[in-house]
Amino acid sequence: MPEATKAIEPFRFYTRMHLSALTGLKAATLEELLELVRDVPGACIYHHTHRFLQQHQYLSPEPPNDFAYWVKEVLGENELGEQLASIDTVQFTTIRELRDKIAATIAEYLKENPSAGKRFAHEDQQFHFIKSMSFVLPTKYAAANLSEFADILKKVTIDSIYFHVFEARLRLEKGTNDFSLWMETSLGDRDLAKRIARLDPYTQTLEDLRATIIGIVQKRLAS
Amino acid sequence: MTPIDDYIPIVGQSVIDDLKLIAEKLEGKLIQHINSTAVGGGVAEILNRMVPLLNELGVKTRWDVIKGGERFFEITKKFHNALHGRPADISGDDYSHFLEVGQKNIAEMDTCGDIVFVHDPQPITLIKKRGANKWLWRCHVDVSNPAPELWKFLREFIIQYDSAVFSAPQFAQQLPIRQFLIAPSIDPLSDKNKELPKEVIDAVLLKYNIPQDKPIVTQISRFDRLKDPVGVVEAYKKVKKYIDCRLVLAGGGAADDPEGVQVFEEVKERAGKDEDIHILLLAHNDLEINALQRASTVIVQKSLKEGFGLTVSEALWKAKPVVAGHVGGIPLQITSKYSGLLCHSVDGAAFAIKQLLNSPAYARKLGENGREHVRNNFS
Repeated sequence: MPEATKAIEPFRFYTRMHLSALTGLKAATLEELLELVRDVPGACIYHHTHRFLQQHQYLSPEPPNDFAYWVKEVLGENELGEQLASIDTVQFTTIRELRDKIAATIAEYLKENPSAGKRFAHEDQQFHFIKSMSFVLPTKYAAANLSEFADILKKVTIDSIYFHVFEARLRLEKGTNDFSLWMETSLGDRDLAKRIARLDPYTQTLEDLRATIIGIVQKRLAS
Repeated sequence: MTPIDDYIPIVGQSVIDDLKLIAEKLEGKLIQHINSTAVGGGVAEILNRMVPLLNELGVKTRWDVIKGGERFFEITKKFHNALHGRPADISGDDYSHFLEVGQKNIAEMDTCGDIVFVHDPQPITLIKKRGANKWLWRCHVDVSNPAPELWKFLREFIIQYDSAVFSAPQFAQQLPIRQFLIAPSIDPLSDKNKELPKEVIDAVLLKYNIPQDKPIVTQISRFDRLKDPVGVVEAYKKVKKYIDCRLVLAGGGAADDPEGVQVFEEVKERAGKDEDIHILLLAHNDLEINALQRASTVIVQKSLKEGFGLTVSEALWKAKPVVAGHVGGIPLQITSKYSGLLCHSVDGAAFAIKQLLNSPAYARKLGENGREHVRNNFS
């Protein structure tokens, strides 16, 4: 029974606090946005593709990434807004790849619609680039087996879930989320690891994601 | 003082656990906050709640207030207006007096904190006293478009700090020090924000002769031109043509804001003899503000400039639909059409108020989203 399987290594839960650092960089047009998307630190791309997810985690579906929201709501470029919103973030395992995709999407749109590059945002609605800084701390929780894992997952903050699912995969470039990694390497449960990894965490709230993962784990425990 | 564990039902045990983790990292350090007034305005409001809570968490924290006379605060009010890009005639004598008062505070103030937070421009010169400790300038003002001469004057002090902290991304400046975005927050268990029984709300409305016979549109703020209370009256008049409602404009003064009474008179004059407009100059009473917000159908914060606009978070926490100016830190609190409505003009405000009064289900949804947004980010 999976419940009895003791993990080779316990799963240690971490939590993550963040600070937003201001860069002073701003864009008033699509052309400026494109130039800065290509140049800003990866921490900026990460911030603007994940901010809504953290700050508006109660909304489902939550608004898209900052770039899509700004392009649509401020510049009125609905088509590009839709293209940017529908970038499938979960397909990218590095910030670099994600940045390239965003830049290519804007560049292609500008090529086809040159006049779109001339639209100006009002001064108080310019796009301000922000850099995300993370502070990762160990919590008191560690799971020695799958049953303990499910119990702890009910208690930790959504920041902890966020760290292990989003930040570990994309920012720390682990290729998959921490939960799946542990299930496969420490519990030897490749099937469960795959099921968790297959989830699209970008289209549900963090609380929904918590419930989904707990549901999958509990089903596995009952099997 | 509210015990920290009383917040568990609101934010959950795990959030309190995380806060305790951070508090452990600060063990043995003294955090010192310095500002210009103990009562009135957003900064005093935040510190009044935050300082006891930090101590309760085990983070040793103290709060000190600088001294300054009537003239000093008239000058810093000019600074405030000029930082917001408004015309302000600041003379050489004004700068000299500001520096003189600053010098007295430097002599008298004990800046013993390991980490010193200096709030806003009034105490900014204290940085001259820095030793090996860390100093942060915590700016609550909208400095996206400051008067150049004043900014040049203040910048000489700002760059001596270790970091600057702003409330909105657009306030970032070209500075050689690190800049962070940290939003202020409200205390959901304070008198201003806690749940109130209906009898308490009714009693406050009765006290101020506000009948609850029609929808109530409210703006709570100091009587300050940057909060555009006159614009709110104009927006109300446009709404009133189509929807019978009341307008409540209520707020107190702040010890460091000498213009309040003058603006109050301007608003009264604009309101004329409309008996459905209630203009209240309140003594400091958080419970009454809470009751007025809870009794409101729609809450407005039609600021022309705003550092953050804590009243928006207060209203959203009460799940109220909010119409607010697209300025300063307000867009951080309201994503228009998701958690409130943003406006840029009197006409825009009037249109948004009408939408909310005519669509209660939509208004309710915005309010509920707003409450969750505040719970997750600003409480």
